[in-house]
Amino acid sequence: MREPARDERLAVETPVVLPPPAPGQVPLPTLGRARPAPLRREGPDKLTGKARYTDDIVLPGAWYGATIRSTEPHARLLGMELDPEFDWSRVVVMTAADIPGENIVSSIKSDMPALADGVIRHHAEPVALVAAPDKATLREARRRITLRTEPLEPVFDPFESTQQFAAYEVGRGDVEAAFAKASLVIEGEYRVGHQEQLYIENQAMIAEPRPDGGITITGSMQCPYYVHDALKRALALSDTQAVISQAETGGGFGGKEEFPSVVAIHAALLAQRVGKPVRMIYNRHEDIAASTKRHPAVIRYRTGIGADGSLVSQDVEVVMDGGAYCTLTPVVLSRGVLHAGGPYECPNVRIRGRAMATNTPPNGAFRGFGAPQVEFAAELQVARAADQLGVSPAALRERWLYREGGVTPTGQVLRESVAAAEVLERATEAAEYERVRELSVQTRGVRWSQAAEAGRGIGSTRVQSAPGIGLALAWHGAGFTGSGEVHLASVAGVELGDDGVVRVLIANTEIGQGTNTIFPMLAGEALGIDPSEVQMAPVDTSLVPDSGPTVASRTAMVVGGLVIKAAQRLRATVEARSGAPFAQSYRRDARANGATRVDERFEPYPNVAFDDETYTGDAYPAFGWACAVAQVEVDLDTAEVRVRSVVSADDVGRVIHPVLAEGQVEGGTLQAVGYATIEEMKMDNGRYANDRLSTYLIPTSMDAPDITSILVEKPFSGAPHGAKGVGELPMDVVAPAVIDAIHDAVGVWITQLPATPERILAALRVLGS
Amino acid sequence: MTALRDAPSEGPAYRFRVNGEPREVAVPGMRRLLDVLREDLGLSGTKEGCGEGECGACSVILDGLVVDSCLVPVCQVDGSDIHTVEGLADAEHGTLSPLQQAFLEAGGAQCGICTPGMLMAAQAYLDAGGGPDEDGIREAIAGNLCRCTGYTKIIEAIEMAALERGARA
Repeated sequence: MREPARDERLAVETPVVLPPPAPGQVPLPTLGRARPAPLRREGPDKLTGKARYTDDIVLPGAWYGATIRSTEPHARLLGMELDPEFDWSRVVVMTAADIPGENIVSSIKSDMPALADGVIRHHAEPVALVAAPDKATLREARRRITLRTEPLEPVFDPFESTQQFAAYEVGRGDVEAAFAKASLVIEGEYRVGHQEQLYIENQAMIAEPRPDGGITITGSMQCPYYVHDALKRALALSDTQAVISQAETGGGFGGKEEFPSVVAIHAALLAQRVGKPVRMIYNRHEDIAASTKRHPAVIRYRTGIGADGSLVSQDVEVVMDGGAYCTLTPVVLSRGVLHAGGPYECPNVRIRGRAMATNTPPNGAFRGFGAPQVEFAAELQVARAADQLGVSPAALRERWLYREGGVTPTGQVLRESVAAAEVLERATEAAEYERVRELSVQTRGVRWSQAAEAGRGIGSTRVQSAPGIGLALAWHGAGFTGSGEVHLASVAGVELGDDGVVRVLIANTEIGQGTNTIFPMLAGEALGIDPSEVQMAPVDTSLVPDSGPTVASRTAMVVGGLVIKAAQRLRATVEARSGAPFAQSYRRDARANGATRVDERFEPYPNVAFDDETYTGDAYPAFGWACAVAQVEVDLDTAEVRVRSVVSADDVGRVIHPVLAEGQVEGGTLQAVGYATIEEMKMDNGRYANDRLSTYLIPTSMDAPDITSILVEKPFSGAPHGAKGVGELPMDVVAPAVIDAIHDAVGVWITQLPATPERILAALRVLGS
Repeated sequence: MTALRDAPSEGPAYRFRVNGEPREVAVPGMRRLLDVLREDLGLSGTKEGCGEGECGACSVILDGLVVDSCLVPVCQVDGSDIHTVEGLADAEHGTLSPLQQAFLEAGGAQCGICTPGMLMAAQAYLDAGGGPDEDGIREAIAGNLCRCTGYTKIIEAIEMAALERGARA
C-alpha cells in the first residue's frame, strides 16, 4: 500500500482554544478538546499544489474521451450520421449497441441508459461516445457527428406529468377534524427551483484497461462502490475486474454521489474499445448542462393553530420534479416527506409527497437531500403564524418544538439527543435576536411604507436600504433514512499491518469535509495511540471494504462508529496477546504475529426500527438540530439582498474536530445563502439556459455574510462517540432565516426561491398598489 | 522541457520565468497560459475550474498582478515573471510559506481545488502591502470562488498571515 504523501515536517499541530462547556452539558471524552486537534492531514499537499486531482494525473499515451449529447428534450433517436469527409479510423465512436453489459446506469431503478437507445428523454442526454488520441482530433470528430431525430412532445411541468417515480404518505391523528376546530389556519404554496452543486472541480474520470480484461477507474467521486456496481453491470465485469480508485476530489456536495457512475461507464467503454487509458474530463459548461441538480419542488402547506396558540394540525403536499430518470429521487422525496413537518410536535399531521418525471436533465443528490426544499416551506409557515399571532417567532418556536419524548409524524418517539430548544436558545442569545427584533419591529411602519414605494421604481425612496432580522429552526435525520443502514450493512476495517503500521480501511472519501483527518483521531483514541500513528488506506475498491457511500452526513456517525468498534477489538486482540498496552506493544506484535485485521459490520442501532411498508417507526436513529439568525439589508432601489450576518447553532451530537466542523457549518451556510438569494437555473425548452459559471452565479467573498458558528453537543448513544453528522444541517436552516429577514426588512413574504430582486420588486409592487 | 501530454509541439518560442526559473516553450501563441503551465511545464498545481475567467482557480501572479491563466494567451507573457502555487513553499527546507501555514492552521483549505488560485490572489494582496483588514481581503479574493468554506476561514488565514508579516517587519 502506498503511504499518504505527506511531509512530516509540515505537520505541525496547534492547540485549539474552545469555549468552556455550557452548564448542564454532558461531559465528553477528551477527543478534540483537551488534546490539540490535528491539522488537515492532506492539507500540505493541497496547499503546495502536490495533491493530484484527476486531471493532474499524467498517463502517457492516454486518449481523450467526449460525450455526444442530445440537443432536444424529447425525441425519437433515428440514427447518427458520420461526416464521410472525416477519416473515422483515427478515432473511436461508440453507441448503445456497443455496450457489452446492460445499457443501464445502476441506481435505485434500472431506467437510465448509459447511452440513449431509441428515445431521447432530456436535453444533454448522452447518445454516443468519441475518443481520440489528441484534443484537436477529438474536437474535429465531435463537430462531424450529427444526430438524426424526430421530435416528441416534451413534458416540463411535474403537475402535467403522468409518470410517477415515487410517492409517500405519512401522518397521524385526525387532520381534518383538527383543522375544523383550529382558530387560525395558515395556507401557503412555496416553490423552489434547481440548484447546482458547483463543486469547483468538474466531473473527471480516467479509465485504464487491465490485463485481466477489466477496467481501473481513477476519478473524482464520493462513492467508489456505487461506481463499482455501475461499471460491473454496464461492462459485464466481475467484482475483481472493476477497480475503482478515488483521486483527490475537489468538492462533491452530493453532485459526486451518483453522477460519477455515468462518467466512469463512458470512460471505461472507450478505454476498453481503444485499449488505452481514456481521460473523460468535463469542462464547466458540460458539467452544468448534464449533471444532476437539487430537485425543484412545489410545497402546499396548511397549518392549523388552536385558540391557545398551540400547533394542532399540518397538511402538507410535496411535489418534486425528478427530471427524466429516477436516479436517487425516491430517497430524496422520502427525506423531504419525513422532514416536511419541521422540528415541531403536531398531534394531527398528514404529509403526502410525489416525485414526477419530466423531460429535463435528471435531478439527484445535493447536500440536504430533499430537506432544504420542505424546511423552507415549513419555516415560512411558522414565521407567518408568528406574524399573524403577533408573537415573537422565537417564542412560538420555543413552544412548538420537539422535546425529548416528542412523537414525529411517523410515530417515532424522540427518546434522546433532542436539542431543538438548546440550539434555539444558543443562536438567539448569541445574535441578541429578541433585542434586535424588537427594535426592528418598532421601526417597521416607516420602513415598510418606504419599501412599498420602492416597488414603484428606482429612486422613489429617500433611504438606500432596509435592514431586517430573521430566524429559522431545522432538524436533519442523521444517516440513511429508515432501514437504509440495515440494508447497506456497511463494513469498515482497522488493520495492524505486518509492517507495524495501523491503517483505517474504509471506502468513505475525503471530499474536503475532513475524513482523512478525523478517522485517525477516532481510531487513535480507541487504540490509545496518537492520530499521527494511524494511516488511511487508499480509497480503492481492491483494498478497502464497502463501508457505504459518503453521503447523508453518515460518515462520521455511522462509519466512525464502526471504526471505533473495530479499533477497540483490534486493541483487545493485541493486548490479550502481548499483555501490555496497545501503544507499547503493537509494533512488536506485528513483527511477531504478522498482520491483524478487524472488520466491523453495521448492526442495527438498539431500539431503532422502521417499517418500509407502512412508513412508520424510527425514520432516523437520531436527528441533528440547527437554528440560524440572519440579518440582511435590502437595497430599496434595486431590491438586491445583502446577507450581512448569520449566527448559527448546530447540534452535531459530538464535535470530533472543531475547525473542520465549523468549516462544514460555514460552507453550508453560504451555499444556503446562495440558494436563498441568487442561485437560479433558468429553463429554456428543457435545457438549462444559464449553464455556465458566467451566468449561474454563486456567492463570492463579497457576498458572504459574517458567519458565527456555535457547535452544540447532544450526543447520540447509538454511536460510540456520540456524533450525529454536521454536513447538511446548515443547508436546511439558513434559507428560511434569510427569507424571514427579508420580510422583516421590507414587509413581503417571498415564497419562491431564490429571492431575486425581480421577485422582491414584484411583491413590493403588490404591496404598494 | 518535453511536452507531457497533448502539447502542440510547433510554434514560435516564448521565454519567461516561472517561480524564478527561466522557461522556454515553442507553442502556438494563442495557447492558454494555463495549458502551458499544466501540460507543457508539468506544473499542475494551477487548476482549471471554468475556463472563462469566472472562478479564479487558475489564478497566477503575472508581473505582480493576479490573472486568470485561462484567459491569458502565452504570447502575452513573453519576457514576463510568473508565480504559481509551486513557488510558495520553501523547496529547499520543505517548509510551507507563512501564508500556506496560516491556511493550514485556520482551516482555509477544504477540498483544496480553489486553494492554489486563492493562495496566489492572497499572496498578491500581501505583496502589494495589504494588511489584516477584512474588507480589503474580501475584495482581494472576490475573483476566486470557493464552494466549501463560506470564505470565513480563508479570510482568517489571510488576516493571520498579514498580522504575522506585520509582526516580523
